[in-house]
Amino acid sequence: MTAEAVADRLNAAGIRADARREKSALAALTAPSFVILGLMLFIPVGWLFWLSFIEDGAFSLENYTRMVVEPAYRSIFLTTLELSVLVTVLSVLLGYPVAYMIAMLPPRAASITLTLVLVPFWTAILVRTYAWLVLLQRRGVVNSVLMSWGIIDEPLQLVHNFTGTAIGMLHIMIPFLVLPLYANMRAIDRDYVRAAASLGASPVTAFFKVYLPLSIPGLAAGTVMVFIICLGFYITPQFLGGGRVTTISMKIQQNVATYFNWGAASSLGVVLFLSTILIFWGFSRLFPLRRITEVGGS
Amino acid sequence: MRMFSTFRAALLLSIAAALPAAAQTTITFASFGGAYQAAQRKALLDPIEKALNITIKEDTLTGIADVRAQVGAKAVKWDVADLGGVSCARGAAEGLFEPLDYSVIKTDGIDKAMASKDWIGVIYYSTVIAYNTQKYGNNGPQSWADFWDTKKFPGTRSLGRGAAETFEIALMADGVDPQKLYPLDVDRALKSLEKIKKNVVAWWASGAQSAQLLKDGEADMVAIWNGRAGAVIKDGAKATINYNQGIFNIDCLVIPKGAKNAALAQKVIAMMVSPELQANIPALIDYGPINSKAFDTGKIPEAAKASINSSPVNAAKQTNMNFDYWRENLNKLTERMDAFLQQ
Repeated sequence: MTAEAVADRLNAAGIRADARREKSALAALTAPSFVILGLMLFIPVGWLFWLSFIEDGAFSLENYTRMVVEPAYRSIFLTTLELSVLVTVLSVLLGYPVAYMIAMLPPRAASITLTLVLVPFWTAILVRTYAWLVLLQRRGVVNSVLMSWGIIDEPLQLVHNFTGTAIGMLHIMIPFLVLPLYANMRAIDRDYVRAAASLGASPVTAFFKVYLPLSIPGLAAGTVMVFIICLGFYITPQFLGGGRVTTISMKIQQNVATYFNWGAASSLGVVLFLSTILIFWGFSRLFPLRRITEVGGS
Repeated sequence: MRMFSTFRAALLLSIAAALPAAAQTTITFASFGGAYQAAQRKALLDPIEKALNITIKEDTLTGIADVRAQVGAKAVKWDVADLGGVSCARGAAEGLFEPLDYSVIKTDGIDKAMASKDWIGVIYYSTVIAYNTQKYGNNGPQSWADFWDTKKFPGTRSLGRGAAETFEIALMADGVDPQKLYPLDVDRALKSLEKIKKNVVAWWASGAQSAQLLKDGEADMVAIWNGRAGAVIKDGAKATINYNQGIFNIDCLVIPKGAKNAALAQKVIAMMVSPELQANIPALIDYGPINSKAFDTGKIPEAAKASINSSPVNAAKQTNMNFDYWRENLNKLTERMDAFLQQ
């Protein structure tokens, strides 16, 4: 064995040892978060899942049959879904131009505009919800102004219903769409758009054929996030829905209070969780996330 | 010098003698905290500590689930707990409480419906009609039928989104005798609610929300708890209440099963519901004494009686909520109410 071969083998052994050390260091660093996740998420969630099948100490499907037998549940699920779809679509329509504009602005103006998006994002949801109540109620700011200008004679019913709930939720959700989308857009090389233009594409064509597809990863990430957060809304529909809008989260809370039984509430959580997974799966079939992340990474 | 040390020894001895005695005579009272429990401290607990020479420690609770957890775990911290009326009925059915000793607790002056084997009322609150005086002057709705009459009283309404109280109100509006509400005719109640639905600007989900709706003039009339209405009226809201066809609800006292000082707790409860101490309540908070004899103690000024919900003149206008009925039917009727609200 030549000295060179020995050196090579020693070198290789050294590299392997380093790799092992790095792996165990990584494991040690990630262990705490895995333990916390395990203890604080999977165990209680698993326990609640188990409880949803128990009634008076015995196995029972009562918590699930109730959802089929009682007509309220069907419409509560539908309301939650309608509200989430509507708010998600409106967030995309309103949020995309905002993200696009910020991405096009020079850095200084961009950071100021981004701050304007972030300030409401950092304000407590409860505060913003009450603010909407002040603005939208019958004797609120919006109705007072419209009436004093003579545009309307009778106050409009802008809150304590589906409309008010959607407005309040939309305001909360737009930053959740803008932020990932903007991060994505900033990474898009604008030379692509210029290249398209130099090859004769109109600005509109260049946008739809080049820019929009490149921004899809951020758009998809934002859309999924907005939609899934919408499914779990509680405070906003509670305060702005006027009792007419009941979301699944509100029903979960109500079931804890009226049934005195975790299973009556956690069964709803289970169904919400499974339907979210299903929706996510359907979404990933429509927009293959793997490919999206690859594009985003390239 | 010698005298001084004798004095010191005597002092030490008396402290030593007092210590175990003090430890034996501490009991724990749990209630809902806030302004309510502060009023209970002043009106009831302070005088009891003095009279019985005991210490009453306080804790807060959020409802019957807390009592159930302690009893279930056989780790009962509380000797007396304050709960809502339906919770008392429910807890009694579940066997969570020690029976009350009515040889110790005197019920003269207390409505029989408000003193059960395992629980006894401590204060009354009422669900009443409140209306905006800017809109109606002093000629607002005087009954639930008026509340439903959108021709005579145009304007927006607000009712609670829970089934309890709202169903009773809907039936009274439809002409059911307030003394013959139970068992509730649920279909009739829902039909009655259907008539008012489009005039209801919001179905409130919490006491705070009902107060906000009244204060901001969002609803011109609100079915509301008298304490909540009283607070916003004191705060300057242009509104007034009346007790016509009001619904009496209570907070009640229980001794959780396995309480360490159950015998002493009986004595404490006896004093809490006695006319003398009950008479202290109205000056401190907008809840009415459970014991009508409190109004004969001379402690409550004649002028104040008109505004206290359980004073004889106001009590005569109101009806009792049936806690056992709601214990049995709350789940089922909540689902009916939810389905109605979703339509």
